Amino acid sequence: MYSILVERVSKTWSGTSAVEDVSFTVKAGDLVVLLGPSGCGKSTTLRLIAGLDTPTSGRIVIAGQDVTELPPAKRGIAMVFQSYALFPHLSVGENILFGLKVRKVPRAERDARLAKTAEMLGLKLLLDRRPSQLSGGQQQRVALARAIVAETSVCLMDEPLSNLDAQLRLEMRREIRALQQRLNMTMIYVTHDQVEAMTMADRVILMRGGRIEQNATPAELYDRPGSAFAARFVGTPPMNVIPAQAVAGRDWALPAFGTHVLGDLSIGIRPEAVRLDPAGVPAEIVAAEYLGADTLIETRLGNAPFVARTAGRIGMKAGDTVHLAWSPGDAHWFDRASERRIA
Amino acid sequence: MNSRLSAAVHGWLLLMPAMLLLVAFTHWPAVASFIESFSSTPRPRRPSRFVGVANYEQMLADPVFWQSLANNLWFALGTIPLAIGLALLMAIWVNDRIPGRTFARMAYFTPTILPMIAVANIWLFFYTPQYGLLEQVASGLGFASHNWLGSRETALAAVALVAVWKESGFFMIFYLAALQGISPTLAEAAALEGASRWTFFRRVQFPLLMPTTLFVLINAVINAFRTVDHIIVMTRGGPDNATSLLLFYIYQVGFNFWDTSYAAALTVVLLAMLAIAALVQYGWLERKVHYR
Ligand SMILES: Nc1ncnc2c1ncn2[C@@H]1O[C@H](COP(=O)(O)OP(=O)(O)O)[C@@H](O)[C@H]1O
Ligand SMILES: [Mg+2]
Repeated sequence: MYSILVERVSKTWSGTSAVEDVSFTVKAGDLVVLLGPSGCGKSTTLRLIAGLDTPTSGRIVIAGQDVTELPPAKRGIAMVFQSYALFPHLSVGENILFGLKVRKVPRAERDARLAKTAEMLGLKLLLDRRPSQLSGGQQQRVALARAIVAETSVCLMDEPLSNLDAQLRLEMRREIRALQQRLNMTMIYVTHDQVEAMTMADRVILMRGGRIEQNATPAELYDRPGSAFAARFVGTPPMNVIPAQAVAGRDWALPAFGTHVLGDLSIGIRPEAVRLDPAGVPAEIVAAEYLGADTLIETRLGNAPFVARTAGRIGMKAGDTVHLAWSPGDAHWFDRASERRIA
Repeated sequence: MNSRLSAAVHGWLLLMPAMLLLVAFTHWPAVASFIESFSSTPRPRRPSRFVGVANYEQMLADPVFWQSLANNLWFALGTIPLAIGLALLMAIWVNDRIPGRTFARMAYFTPTILPMIAVANIWLFFYTPQYGLLEQVASGLGFASHNWLGSRETALAAVALVAVWKESGFFMIFYLAALQGISPTLAEAAALEGASRWTFFRRVQFPLLMPTTLFVLINAVINAFRTVDHIIVMTRGGPDNATSLLLFYIYQVGFNFWDTSYAAALTVVLLAMLAIAALVQYGWLERKVHYR
């Protein structure tokens, strides 16, 4: 049972395409994150679903109804904007109630829904303030309240946390996820922050250059990235993807699958899968970064940067040689030309 | 202490050139008019002397002053709401993404850059009896001929219309600038909630434009009371003082009748009225329009 269907949707802005042939579905009650670097078409995709822009081609279905030609208000969605889009001259309460008043919801019901939403988001004491009298986090809550009070089953969010500081971001992403699950909302959430995507999503749709790179659960995305791009985008620090010749001659490190030419392959190893082992590949330390619980060792392997994460402190400095090893199962193999995953 | 003093001296020195000009051509004439309004107009054989409030008493008894004041109030009442409303309407329209909006903006703004004398001459042609544009259109549609500027009933409305035509483009620029300062995501947020164009205007755009409206209103009031050029060109206050506005009357008294002291007294009254209007608007309205 899907709640949102996006079918072969493209959007072109005067010749240049922002979104190209994008298709995916969102299950009812799921939180799907659109993830990708800046300019890859995440916002455009979301705005097409919201109806703020119209697709050049393709079809969008929400709750079984083809909404491709419908105006935003008729699509049964709520949306939270990156800039919050609060009305500066209206109080918090008026901001939250704006949509209900426009839709002529009876007063008693309006008040009840306002009270419930304000309670849920801890805004009860702020209802008479103006947005300019609120902190960034409080403004964000008001924007959230405005989306929730509409009681639509689908909610769209465009980088809702990007204007908050790190600590607040952490709290808010937990809170949004909890609300989404409690109210059983179907949510599409846009972000360029892979940590947000990994921690919140039921599914992550990774985008690149207007196309979908990979559509997977967070665990799949981490365990089996579909391309070198996906491999590098997820994880902190990102996966090391280097030309496979760097491991030439090491039998334990060679791919287990049939025929291959090492020169056509890239090998990907996550820093946390690397261990120091005298039998490993020798590499020179460029820098070592001690983080407390562990140390990031930056080395060069086959002329490419290669990072290893080891527990605790190591007694080594730049210029020393380390031997890097990993279990064969932790290696990811990519075609070097197409960057697609091979095994 | 020393450096603070020299900074202050520096500051005043920098202000000096502009200040000198203001004092010489604005503040001093105002004060001089105020003083002169309490004296008699110097005549060849009778030098000026202090006459107390005689000039003001004369004013109270002067029917032309009262008519000019009434005319001016009607002129203000007719032009201000119309010019502001039109300005707002045009600004909203050319703020939207419509084809050819640059052209539309330019077209609306053109009357503003024309000198009032030129505008008056254009409209003089529109209003001319028999072969004016308005006459030709009216007679083409089968209406009776009418002398718009020459009859007491329509003359004031006719010159008021010219002022509206000239001013609304100017006010539109302020509204347009303010509209562009309103984040487009507000319109999107409202559209998502199902707000119509009108609801969005009434509930969001109009309240957010209030500071601009106040500014424009003050300017419109001041302009309504200092209009004189097109009256001079089009009607010279006639017919029968039907289009005599305060400033025009002051001009007439001062430079046609050469009763400079009486003109000074009239000027003081005009200035006082404008000052009160500005004070009321800034002091009272301003508290209601700012949302921050
Ligand atoms: N209104 C627009 N007009 C022209 N180009 C646009 C417009 N909106 C987005 N684009 C272009 O489309 C591409 C994708 O933009 P966007 O969806 O905003 O990226 P993201 O949200 O992933 O950072 C970008 O190259 C951007 O320049
Ligand atoms: Mg974006």
